[in-house]
Amino acid sequence: MNLDDALALLDGARAEAEAAVAAAADVDALDVVERKWLGKNSPATAVNEAIKTFSADDRPRAGQAVGAYRSAVGEAAGARREALTAAAAATRGPGIDLTLGGHARPRGHLHLVTQIRRELEDIFIGLGYRVAEGPEVEDDWHNFEALNIPPAHPARSMQDTIYVDLGAAEQMMLRTHTSPVQIRTMESQEPPIYVVAPGRTYRNETLDARHSPAFHQMECLAVDRGLTMADLFGTIEAFARRLFDDESVRTRFRSDFFPYTEPSAELAVSCVFCGGDGCRVCSHTGWIELGGCGMVDPQVLAGVGIDPEEWQGFAFGFGLERIAMIRYGINEIRTFFDNDVRFLEQY
Amino acid sequence: MRAPLSWIRDFTPVDAPVDAIVHALNQLGLEVDAVEEPGREVLGVRVARILDVVAHPNADKLRLADVDFGGGQTRVVCGAPNIEPGMVVPFAPSGATLPGGFTLERRTIRGEVSDGMLCSAKELGLGDDHAGILALDPGAELGDDVRAVLGLDDVIFDLAITPNRPDAMCIVGVARELAAHFGLPLTVPEPEVDRDPAVTTAVPVAIEAPDRCPRYLAWTAEVAMGPAPAWMQQRLVKAGVRAISNVVDVTNYVLLEHNQPLHAFDLDRLAGPGIVVRLAADGERITTLDGVERPLDPSDLLICDGDRAPQALAGIMGGGDSEVDDATTRILLEAAYFERMGIARTSKRLKLRSESSARFERGIDPDGVARAAARAMELLAGVATARPSTATVDAYPRPAERARIRLRTSKVNGVLGTDLTDAEVIDALAPLGIDVQGSGEAIEAVAPTFRPDLEREIDLVEEVARRVGFDAIGRTVPKPEHQVGGLSHRQHDRRAVADALVGLGLAEAVAIPLIAPEAAARFSAVAPVQVANPLRAEESVLRPTLLTGLVAAAAHNAARGQSDVALFELGRIFRRPVVEGALPDEREAVAGVLAGMVRRAPIEPDRAVDAYDAVDAIDAVVRALGVADVRIESASAPGFDPGASAHVVVGGEVVGVVGALDPAALAAAGVAGPAVAFELDLDGLDAAPRVDRQFRVLSSYPPSTIDLAFVVDDSVHAAAVVRTLRAAAGDLLEDVRCFDEFRSSQLGPGRRSLAFALRFRAPDRTLTDADVADARTACIHAVEAAHGGALRG
Repeated sequence: MNLDDALALLDGARAEAEAAVAAAADVDALDVVERKWLGKNSPATAVNEAIKTFSADDRPRAGQAVGAYRSAVGEAAGARREALTAAAAATRGPGIDLTLGGHARPRGHLHLVTQIRRELEDIFIGLGYRVAEGPEVEDDWHNFEALNIPPAHPARSMQDTIYVDLGAAEQMMLRTHTSPVQIRTMESQEPPIYVVAPGRTYRNETLDARHSPAFHQMECLAVDRGLTMADLFGTIEAFARRLFDDESVRTRFRSDFFPYTEPSAELAVSCVFCGGDGCRVCSHTGWIELGGCGMVDPQVLAGVGIDPEEWQGFAFGFGLERIAMIRYGINEIRTFFDNDVRFLEQY
Repeated sequence: MRAPLSWIRDFTPVDAPVDAIVHALNQLGLEVDAVEEPGREVLGVRVARILDVVAHPNADKLRLADVDFGGGQTRVVCGAPNIEPGMVVPFAPSGATLPGGFTLERRTIRGEVSDGMLCSAKELGLGDDHAGILALDPGAELGDDVRAVLGLDDVIFDLAITPNRPDAMCIVGVARELAAHFGLPLTVPEPEVDRDPAVTTAVPVAIEAPDRCPRYLAWTAEVAMGPAPAWMQQRLVKAGVRAISNVVDVTNYVLLEHNQPLHAFDLDRLAGPGIVVRLAADGERITTLDGVERPLDPSDLLICDGDRAPQALAGIMGGGDSEVDDATTRILLEAAYFERMGIARTSKRLKLRSESSARFERGIDPDGVARAAARAMELLAGVATARPSTATVDAYPRPAERARIRLRTSKVNGVLGTDLTDAEVIDALAPLGIDVQGSGEAIEAVAPTFRPDLEREIDLVEEVARRVGFDAIGRTVPKPEHQVGGLSHRQHDRRAVADALVGLGLAEAVAIPLIAPEAAARFSAVAPVQVANPLRAEESVLRPTLLTGLVAAAAHNAARGQSDVALFELGRIFRRPVVEGALPDEREAVAGVLAGMVRRAPIEPDRAVDAYDAVDAIDAVVRALGVADVRIESASAPGFDPGASAHVVVGGEVVGVVGALDPAALAAAGVAGPAVAFELDLDGLDAAPRVDRQFRVLSSYPPSTIDLAFVVDDSVHAAAVVRTLRAAAGDLLEDVRCFDEFRSSQLGPGRRSLAFALRFRAPDRTLTDADVADARTACIHAVEAAHGGALRG
């Protein structure tokens, strides 16, 4: 084979190959055509084999001719393959409709109060706290007496207590706050103490839009050497900033009264919805009242055998439903206890 | 309490802007609930004199009044019955504005032109009195703005006073706090009383219960009953107290001003000369001023006359018999100090609260009794032409001792986290009436008798905090050094249980644990813990099971067209204590109720919820906890369908129940369709053995699987056959499960075929046919021996 033979061979083969490509009826046929005209036994391979016998002058031209042949036939086959694939797809019929949805396996939900409780627990765990628990039915000592609330103390009139019919009259009650867990923790554990106590609390009220006989609180208690009110305020501020995921949240404290803390303060955070400018959520005050706080009264510490000259403590508490109501704009507390699936499944 | 600014200014010249006063009160702990400015919306209302009143020609109940308003005369239509010529009244001409933004216009009423209106107290925003037109001081200048005449240009602070601060329940107390805050003087003038030498009546006082009545002052006076002057009535109304008569108004005025409850008896209605303070006798009764007859207890303190007849429930409410009225000419004024807890107990037991009892139970100033009585006499002289007796009986055998408290500046700073100097600490306390001496570690503070809350060092630390303000305290975050934060294993387990059920598609419910006794009985056999003081029968016992709340939730949803529910709750249940006098047996449980359909269409067909869905939930919980050897054993349980329920048994102990709920129990709870449920005692599972989590090398050799079907009686449980197979199949068995249940006429009634797939694998080699054949034979023999099960060919 000389150069002329080679060029003629490639010319003829190219015409034949292009015709065969055009005639291929499906992808399988095209595979056969491609193997024949571009494969090991194709004219291009033959020419390539022969090139080494050509003169140095002829070799480049022969090489270019092989390249031109390969690209022309290759492109034609590629175009044909695309056309055939498209045609095949067009005739295959409809695919499946994934917009029907899935098997509709149900998604479960934690109650919103549980979600908030876990979120708060996790914030305090991050600050190094443990989670403490106590019974929902309490005795007079833990719910009142140990918290500086003796019988007939005016503070008892602030809470309508649900008493249970066990033992002597008015000696056992559904706890009116999570504070008895403070007492139980201090009774069972030596300081230093850093705990949060989430849980259900009770008031003698009928369930309606604004009242509920049961609701949830979380209490924080720290007892250590040298704890100060600045530690209390700083911890609340750190917690509030995590809760609202906003480092610009400010805290405000106003003098208040609780029998088991002194000094005591009402705690409020700057409204995260308006930044403190005033909006519906904060009743146009710029502040959202969250709960109460204070330094553990020395008498409470002494009552559980902790020396108030050596140890100081702080405590604060707030309602879990209230936090959820603020965050999601829920206007009625009974929503939390009706267990309507539309509510449960929204969160 | 409601504190008008004008009244506060009687005692301290506070002139700060209202906002600054509000801020100060809030910081001091006298929380401002509301600020009212009653005169703000009363614009253009003037003083006028009624010249003439004539009948309205076209209306029976209306009359026409000609008025002189200083700048001229006009005529208005008026419906009030009390108008008469000469009366000086508030007149709102057309163009004037009243509270609520209501602007008057000249208009025609039944054919007569009315050029404005005459106003009642209520129409001016002054209390609730709408019975007639408000009579103004006849000496008022015609044409003057009524805001000035009525003292409407005032600011009223509605304060929420905490129970530890009785001293702040009066105008002088609020003034003291503001004076301290703004650095102003507090001036409380000594009352000036001119005793009438002609009046010498003295009344003997016998205190038979001195512990309950440490001080009793009785002072008589001759009085002229009548209405109190306008200025006093206005102050009372602004403070939220209705004006009654000059004598009663003075007692209320002094109560509000000085925090001293006073009581005025009609001296001539007290039988016998004298006052006896004694405890009630068993079975004794008293009819109080409100007309209610009240049964007494021997711990109730009574104020009695010389004949020992009860005339007042001490410190709480007077009796009807000796009430002052228009006919009264001589009064006995009582000013006393009653012991706090006694008043609190009686008030609580009788559910009778008054302005007086609220103050006594919080603690008034025992040293302030005489001054308050003198203030009352000073006022009575002015408003009731009172002639006070020259004789006053003041039984105060053991004067109150002022609390002496040692205070350390280091303690103040140690608690507050501040850096205050001795001088700053002392300056914070002194304006509150606390006498302070010394410095450093030895400050001696003497508390005033009007501050019963100041007894200990920490009480003074709080005072310093209130005075310097919480804004002066920094923010630091302590880090526990002795522990790492985290949940206990038990708390982790609780979360894992809830998460497993959520993973199964259940939604967590939270129900109120107070339920009806019938509901408890429907789903539990135990006697529930009773509430001693339930508001409603529906909330009179503590739930002994979580099922009641979940079934109620299903009913709530069904009533709203949501009959498909899959709910669970994790919470406390209550049983009566095992030991008398102990707290109830309070346990943590998890339960679920599923009802309606499982919706899978259109990909799979929908199906009704069935008891196996509840078994899935049990499985999810025990697997989340890793509890080993959990058995489901057919059994009946309260509220469950006996043919489709089972106990959950761990280590021989029943820890739960699962199955279909009894249709009758469901119907009673308001659920129409079938429902299934489960409940597990989580506390009971805490001690249960856990599955071995030791890692076993994963064999790389292939498994070998065989299927075996047995025909067994219906009484043979699939789980029992599985246990037999596990025991018989040997160490090479990797897994066994039932994959088919089949009944037919060929098998006969009461019998079924159960088919099991057994998978074998060896850790170290490929199994031979012989290995599997031996195991297969052992399994067949074992099932036959244990359950009478014949291999199905």
